[in-house]
Amino acid sequence: MATETLTLGKALNTGLRRALENDPKVVIMGEDVGKLGGVFRITDGLQKDFGDQRVIDTPLAESGIIGTAVGLAIRGYRPVCEIQFDGFVYPAYDQIVSQVAKMHYRSQGKVRIPMVIRIPYGGGIGAVEHHSESPEAYFAHTAGLKVVTCANPQDAYVMIQQAIASDDPIVFLEPKRRYWEKGPVDLEAPLSEAYPLHSARVVRPGTAATVLAYGPMVRVALDAATAAAEDGRELEVIDLRTLSPLDLTAAYESVKRTGRCVVVHEAPGNLGMGSEIAARITEECFYSLEAPVLRVTGFDTPYPASRVEEEYLPDLDRVLDAVDRAFGW
Amino acid sequence: MAKGDPGVPTRGRRAAPRSKQAASAAAGDPELVQLLTAEGERIESATGPDGTEYRVDFTDEEYRGLYRDLVLVRKLDAEATALQRQGELGLWASLLGQEAAQVGSGRALRTQDMAFPTYREHGVLYCRGIDPIMPLGLFRGVDQGGWDPNEFKFNMYTIVIGAQTLHATGYAMGVAIDGKTGTDDGEAVIAYFGDGATSQGDVNEAFVWASVFNAPLVFFCQNNQYAISEPLERQTRVPLYRRAGGYGFPGVRVDGNDVLATYAVTRHALDNARLGQGPSLIEAYTYRMGAHTTSDDPTRYRIASEVEAWQAKDPIARMKAFLTKQQIADESFFTEIDEQARTESVHLRERVLNMPNPEPVTMFDHVYPHGSPELDVQRAQFTKYMESFEGSAH
Repeated sequence: MATETLTLGKALNTGLRRALENDPKVVIMGEDVGKLGGVFRITDGLQKDFGDQRVIDTPLAESGIIGTAVGLAIRGYRPVCEIQFDGFVYPAYDQIVSQVAKMHYRSQGKVRIPMVIRIPYGGGIGAVEHHSESPEAYFAHTAGLKVVTCANPQDAYVMIQQAIASDDPIVFLEPKRRYWEKGPVDLEAPLSEAYPLHSARVVRPGTAATVLAYGPMVRVALDAATAAAEDGRELEVIDLRTLSPLDLTAAYESVKRTGRCVVVHEAPGNLGMGSEIAARITEECFYSLEAPVLRVTGFDTPYPASRVEEEYLPDLDRVLDAVDRAFGW
Repeated sequence: MAKGDPGVPTRGRRAAPRSKQAASAAAGDPELVQLLTAEGERIESATGPDGTEYRVDFTDEEYRGLYRDLVLVRKLDAEATALQRQGELGLWASLLGQEAAQVGSGRALRTQDMAFPTYREHGVLYCRGIDPIMPLGLFRGVDQGGWDPNEFKFNMYTIVIGAQTLHATGYAMGVAIDGKTGTDDGEAVIAYFGDGATSQGDVNEAFVWASVFNAPLVFFCQNNQYAISEPLERQTRVPLYRRAGGYGFPGVRVDGNDVLATYAVTRHALDNARLGQGPSLIEAYTYRMGAHTTSDDPTRYRIASEVEAWQAKDPIARMKAFLTKQQIADESFFTEIDEQARTESVHLRERVLNMPNPEPVTMFDHVYPHGSPELDVQRAQFTKYMESFEGSAH
């Protein structure tokens, strides 16, 4: 049967397996990705089946993971690097921003770095510090990188394969709190016919207001839309999926119809994705807006201790509160 | 220089009559591998810290070829410095004093070997057979490198200190995965960096990676004694080559102003790598005779007598003394090489002056292999904006 019910984590695992099968130049590298299958088991069983030269347990140093992957890419490989947790990517930040992102540009197109940097990100799992961060804006701000994030098992399965097949260096953000959520995955649909990687998608049509979300917040936005519908407000929810480049085509079309827009993300609001999105929507939809674009985000604090993360993270009520404010403007 | 393999390092062979000990006592450093003294005395063989015996067996023509390389790269380098002083380059990182370290290691590379330079390896670049104009676009500001590493087996210059050592390590891992080691004609990789870089995390991570993956890699550290203004003592308490031991691979210190010893040591390390015997570290002990870059003023942090002491160890003077004493070359040869260097540097200058500025709109090119819708919009807006000035007097 083509369609199976998989967790988001298993969908990623299956997508990685497919990529290893399809291209002998794909190598997976990271801390504990081999025998252990990664701390979240996303690479479970892959080293056993593809060997330790294709699924490489690396020393414990993130800059080394990315830096050596650059060399492998120059050699013609397509490295898929796993950074164990969002808060551990910063030792690799120099290699990502100064080397990975700029190599194609500096070489005037002669060097491609077809690298995927997988990062489990975001909070909501009761973790200790440095395990719940949302670093997407750092990477989306950097020319030469692309940044995508999946929100459901079907997208996880397809998008990871698309990212690996892409010639761009891609930061692939995985919503770790959604790893265990299940959904249908069509395992046989050809990749060539899949929905394009760098495109947003309307995941719930509506007429009253537009809610833009990505990654772990798509579920929150959909839940808010369900609740709002009970109050007679049909929210349109768009899963942005790609953060660099941003695809706001569907958002512009939607906001021009609804006149109201709320952007939701876990990352702090200050200079976050929501700021850029609000600016662009304001420029593009100025005469259609009934209220300013409102942002529902994490606060401008370090990620707090886990016993208060529920209050830090945007939830259904905060999204509905913002929608109410948009209507009360 | 003729093809072939004139370097014949051998392990465990009985020391030749003039052994390293005698010469290095003169150099005041028992740890230094040296085959040509500062006075131009030839040493038959020298023994490394692990007992490896180093020697070279060049033909007269090859000796003359090395001399020509040394003179050429120094002259081209001086021309680039002059171009910077005249405002034709934005910056130049001179290799003055490090010619032997670069020519010796550069000539030790085989065609199939891959080099990862810093931003100062103009001499290695020259030895790879690359047109010396290639890096000048970067320093003039008309591009940012712009060459294909795989075409020239020479990576783009890397300005972030030490970052390229990880790239070299990953590339070398790829060589091993490709099964290109273990034979005489296997591939090897060389990573260049300086004494300052040894303090970087990336370099230490590269040491760890190369070691545990047994990567076919030579770490070639040009210890030129200074990281801009900071002397070696601010980077290390132990001789740099000894750090290799802590990572589990061999390390050797070579007289970096001795082109013969540098060649022998590098060739040996590269051959070990291509045979699958893993990485090693070479510390080429040398001196940066000039400034860090043209933006630097070394008189603020070092004294003239120190520079003079190193002047006496000049890599070209000792080679010239050797060639003269051994009657391998005469004054007419030296004049001919000087003339060739002058011609090539004039030619280089002419081409630098004729490098066109890029069209501003090209700044949008090559950010991504297949473009980006956002950049397409910005490019169109920029073009329209620029066109709005057409016909005006600016």
